[in-house]
Amino acid sequence: MTTIKKLLKNKPLIVLLAASVVVAIINPRFLTWGNILTVLRQTSINAVIATGMTFAILIGGIDLSVGSVLGFCGAIAAAMISSGINVFVVVITALMLGTFIGFLNGTLITAGRLQPFIATLGTVTLLRGLILVFTKGRPISTGSTGASEAFGKIGTGFIGPIPIPVYIMIVVFILAYYILNHTRIGRYIYATGSNEEATIYSGIKTSRVKLFVYSVSGMTAALAGILITARLGSAQPTAGAGYELDAIAAVVLGGTSMAGGVGTIAGTAIGALIIGILNNALNLMKVPSYYQDVAKGIVILAAVLLDRKQKLSR
Amino acid sequence: MKDIAVSMKHITKNFSGINVLKDVSFNIYKGRVMALVGENGAGKSTLMKILTGVYLKTDGEIYLDGSEVSFNDTHSSQEAGIAIIHQELNLVKDLSIGENIFLGREPVSGRGRIMWKRLYENSEYWLKKLGLNENPRELVRNLSVGKQQLVEIAKALSIDAKVIIMDEPTGALTPAETQKLFNVINDLKREGKSIVYISHRLQEIFEICDDVTVLRDGELIGEKSVSETDEDKVIEMMVGRKLSEQYPRIETAIGQDVFRVESLSNEFVKDISFSLRQSETLGVAGLMGSSRTELMRTLYGIYPYKGDIFLNGTKIKILSPMDALNFGIAYVSEDRKTNGIITDMSVRDNITMSSLKKFTSALGLINKNKEQASANNYIETMSIKTAGTYQLLKYLSGGNQQKVSIAKNLNTSPKILILDEPTRGVDVGARKDIYDLINKFKKEGMCIIVVSSDIPEVLGICDRIMVMHEGKISGFLQQKDATQEAIMTLAVGKDVYNDDH
Repeated sequence: MTTIKKLLKNKPLIVLLAASVVVAIINPRFLTWGNILTVLRQTSINAVIATGMTFAILIGGIDLSVGSVLGFCGAIAAAMISSGINVFVVVITALMLGTFIGFLNGTLITAGRLQPFIATLGTVTLLRGLILVFTKGRPISTGSTGASEAFGKIGTGFIGPIPIPVYIMIVVFILAYYILNHTRIGRYIYATGSNEEATIYSGIKTSRVKLFVYSVSGMTAALAGILITARLGSAQPTAGAGYELDAIAAVVLGGTSMAGGVGTIAGTAIGALIIGILNNALNLMKVPSYYQDVAKGIVILAAVLLDRKQKLSR
Repeated sequence: MKDIAVSMKHITKNFSGINVLKDVSFNIYKGRVMALVGENGAGKSTLMKILTGVYLKTDGEIYLDGSEVSFNDTHSSQEAGIAIIHQELNLVKDLSIGENIFLGREPVSGRGRIMWKRLYENSEYWLKKLGLNENPRELVRNLSVGKQQLVEIAKALSIDAKVIIMDEPTGALTPAETQKLFNVINDLKREGKSIVYISHRLQEIFEICDDVTVLRDGELIGEKSVSETDEDKVIEMMVGRKLSEQYPRIETAIGQDVFRVESLSNEFVKDISFSLRQSETLGVAGLMGSSRTELMRTLYGIYPYKGDIFLNGTKIKILSPMDALNFGIAYVSEDRKTNGIITDMSVRDNITMSSLKKFTSALGLINKNKEQASANNYIETMSIKTAGTYQLLKYLSGGNQQKVSIAKNLNTSPKILILDEPTRGVDVGARKDIYDLINKFKKEGMCIIVVSSDIPEVLGICDRIMVMHEGKISGFLQQKDATQEAIMTLAVGKDVYNDDH
């Protein structure tokens, strides 16, 4: 009884279930095994980015640069793969690059004392420019070397019946869950977001917490860049544009407070799934793409309002 | 002879099945000051929130000048002439003093323009009346907490209310500012206004109030004329038992020098030198602006400094709170909610916040059972009243939050414990608990620094008292030589001498 009550209190989960039921009724194809796997695979990119974004929002910050980090790291990875470099080396390099860009964001925010919004907004423009310089405005194909075939598996392969990106998403969720709930840095992330001054007074260097968080956000964005480049077999100069918004939407739908200090990784997982299902449903229902964004915006606002209303009435 | 201004009769308030007020009757008399006292959780705030329309009463009647009234919101109670000065500051920090005083009641011309000149002139009048020498165009952000409190009071006075409720108005005031407030209260009395005065400081009540009403656990214990009672009797009514001694100071053998500060200076303090011995409790007294808190925060690594600090004879450099804690220096902040505790986190998370390393395994995972045990241990030994270790700190009373804040610091096993205003906003029962704890730490050999604006408290629990004036040490007093007058003389900087011990 109490577990049911607890579940009923979880508005994001209710929205997720309600959305699934409605979509399934409208189009029975939604519930086919193939389509479910498609939804999960499509969700994985946003889910991975949203995990890093959850960290950033939990400390009361934001990371607008995730989309451009995705594009930049994806382009570098594609170029490396096409010149035949070992997949393992490429993946590690791309992840380290993303982490490093995140670390720079964190440095601008801590040592440079910039607002996270401003600092990461600056990074977006800078990286978008660098991507165009690097790609000369053209897509970079991963080529057809042995490396590119192995690399492509990351995005298109299966282990058993399940696509590899789905496994990666699940691993990222589990790691993030452990960091947030069972490690010191996780506790400090919540503390910094709730009351930074009191956290500093507790003998914690919040600047280190922030550097960690933005580094993680950079790394997850790079991971998403690898996934998307591997899936498409090429890096588009515009890849990841606007992805930060979907990630933020997933985090907020999952009940994380933009003010920081409150939120869970499970919430973000549900939020990302809601957006994934929404995209899928709009496609299944053959809604013209211009109208898709309108519908998505309305649903996101409605879901957040519903959640807010419940919190206020408590 | 006593004219009733407000009479609350048989007030009952029920929150989700629990009666927080049971059949309480309360009178406010014209031209008199009514003290409302009781431990935290006794129902004082709830009663006042019902009077001002924040809460709706479950049962009972309220009469204002003889006719029954019912307020559904604060606006209507204000219209009826009831003003309240909240304990927690409710000012908009980025607006000026004048804009704050007249917020929502700005004088406007016929065409809707704000008449700034009149607003600031009126503000100046009220500031003068409270002896606050500030330009009303100054931003509230730039004022000390004490001065902000006075602005809050000016705001209430400017409403020209018949009944003024003051909830812990002197919490952040210096003795001089308190005196000015008392002068204003006396003026208001002469004008026939009625005042409700809520305070934990009983001495103030005996100085300024005419009557006292005591609540305990949501029930009315009694109403007395101040002239007919004394502090001990009031305390007994509040706690329902006799407190053997308000300040249970114990004598311990004071040991070697542990901690020494030599000619420490920074933007707040100048040429500070003092030492602390094992098992010693050093009181730090001084008026607002004496930079006591800034000195303590410097020692805790918040502000940079020039000068030398020695721990057991070794020179140390404290650059951050992390350094301070590593050296065994812990600081319990005076401003609990801003930097002492995290109100949105649980009792457990707060208690282990500064010492989480202790609870982390080699793999970097937090051992939650160990954490839980530690939290339970403090809850028990410090008698922290909470529903459990998972309870969020915002749901605890001020006294219990303070205990959690102390527990958090104790968990770092400090050698030197700095307590900045440890009993501010803490009720009598919890106060006694905190004094007992200080004695216990003393016996364990800890050095303790107690910063307090409450001079009787400093006199009551400390072995030695250091008095500060405008960022400098103006003198030291041994407990046996210290009197309220001697402290005040040094605090106002009249007689500056510098010989230690």
